[in-house]
Amino acid sequence: MQKYSIFSLARHTLTGHADWTEAWRSPEPKATYDVVIVGGGGHGLATAYYLAKEHGINNVAVLEKSWLGGGNTGRNTTIVRSNYLWDESAHLYEHALKLWEGLSRELNFNVMLSQRGVLNLAHNQHDLREISRRVHANRLNGVDSEVLSTDQVKAFCPLIDCSPGVRYPVLGASLQRRGGVARHDAVAWGYARAADALGVDIIENCAVTGIRRSGGAVEGVETTRGFIKAPKVALAVSAHTSHLAAMADLRLPIESHPLQAIVSEPVKPILHTVVMSNSVHAYVSQSDKGELVIGAGIDGTVSYAQRGGFPIIEDILKAIVHVFPMFSRLRMLRQWAGTVDICPDASPIVGLTPVGGLYVNGGWGTGGFKSTPGSGHVYAHTIARNEPHPLNAPFSLERFSTGALVDEHGAAAVSH
Amino acid sequence: MYLIPCPWCGERDQSEFRSGGEAHIARPLEPEHLNDGAWADYLFMRTNPMGLYRERWVHAHGCRRWFNMLRDTVSDRILAVYHMDEAPPEPGDES
Ligand SMILES: Cc1cc2nc3c(=O)[nH]c(=O)nc-3n(C[C@H](O)[C@H](O)[C@H](O)COP(=O)(O)OP(=O)(O)OC[C@H]3O[C@@H](n4cnc5c(N)ncnc54)[C@H](O)[C@@H]3O)c2cc1C
Ligand SMILES: [Zn+2]
Repeated sequence: MQKYSIFSLARHTLTGHADWTEAWRSPEPKATYDVVIVGGGGHGLATAYYLAKEHGINNVAVLEKSWLGGGNTGRNTTIVRSNYLWDESAHLYEHALKLWEGLSRELNFNVMLSQRGVLNLAHNQHDLREISRRVHANRLNGVDSEVLSTDQVKAFCPLIDCSPGVRYPVLGASLQRRGGVARHDAVAWGYARAADALGVDIIENCAVTGIRRSGGAVEGVETTRGFIKAPKVALAVSAHTSHLAAMADLRLPIESHPLQAIVSEPVKPILHTVVMSNSVHAYVSQSDKGELVIGAGIDGTVSYAQRGGFPIIEDILKAIVHVFPMFSRLRMLRQWAGTVDICPDASPIVGLTPVGGLYVNGGWGTGGFKSTPGSGHVYAHTIARNEPHPLNAPFSLERFSTGALVDEHGAAAVSH
Repeated sequence: MYLIPCPWCGERDQSEFRSGGEAHIARPLEPEHLNDGAWADYLFMRTNPMGLYRERWVHAHGCRRWFNMLRDTVSDRILAVYHMDEAPPEPGDES
């Protein structure tokens, strides 16, 4: 792997940047691998990287049906935080946040993590109580989190309309200062490049069309580029988890819904933090290019169309203008949708399945970008040892039979 | 955004309707005889298909009545609407 640094940048300037080597190879698929990972989003690529790096399993392929990061990884609003309510989630997302904090160095790739803080607004007494409950739970779990009063919100982010007469007044907020945003593509590309350097084959334009099994265990995958043999097949396909699992006759508690986002025309730096509000349902940050990045709520039904309904955009803009009246004259530039994999308890499924050698990592829904490094890390452990890491053990598929759900609807009421 | 043909009111804007999730999931008649896996299957597991999908809808801001729909989840094309006590039409039945 060609190391990126100020010196390599300077050196390549001399040749007009014409001879950078490609960030990862594009090999032909081999006949056999130790592990096949299905899905070249952030989660699949991170999993491949940690399998090679931490478990010495290098004979790995990542199969991606289109291009790397073209799923939800490249479509999300990139909010990163770990202030989840329940112990299980707080530990998992905090594990991810810690990995984020060293990721650019680890991968020798700038993932542009910007810990600009994530503010969650409270608009009524119930919100206030929920927020202080969450902040206390976070602190007991070692997650940085604090409660701000209305005056402190006003001082921290003067753009927010904190006047008392409005329909949803700001009564306070929680703030996780270590939260923020990161560059979505860079996460996929950084993991891909680092995994490739450790010998992982990244194979784009290769869709898995079947999962071959015998005697209750996987034998390999049928793909658009032929059969690939592997004793371990690990799904990391977000929206497509249900129908890939169905290829192995598994039923999952996941539904795939559209989730939209919009960006405004670029403006000078005005918003230096991430602002979220559950009650008016809005979340927004400003990108380095100057665009406001605004996320919506999910559309109310199953769809893989990768486009959502217009009323959702109207709703989200109403909410944004309520919180930030000065944004009312901004024009919106682009709109798009991803398809998110929603679990009944708004928590992911990461673990083994009843089929030997088949692993599942999905159901991250509206909030799995922030978990990318942590998810890959514990999933690699699960695949290498054929047993879950303590951090993802509570997120098993069995929890839907045992009843031990991890209800994070509070954390995910706003899609993020 | 699409128009939904309510069986009672005719074509109306999607925003008047709410989806009620997958159709034809019958509540088990004797839940006390189910094991945890079978109960979980009824409560939580869904087909979530990429393609033909039979789902329940309610005309929430209209006649407030329920009905079923056959829709392609990839194109969002509505192939048929039918009453809740009717057998699901097969694709191709619609006209
Ligand atoms: C609009 C929007 C906003 C969001 N905002 C946030 C946010 O602010 N913060 C946050 O934490 N999360 C957010 N999310 C959620 C987050 O994007 C996802 O949870 C996360 O990116 C999932 O990553 P992944 O690698 O699992 O999936 P993906 O990036 O979707 O990757 C899955 C890959 O699998 C491939 N694939 C599918 N089927 C096959 C097949 N048969 N064969 C081979 N490959 C296949 C797909 O092409 C895709 O590239 C948002 C999502 C959306 C849509
Ligand atoms: Zn009607």
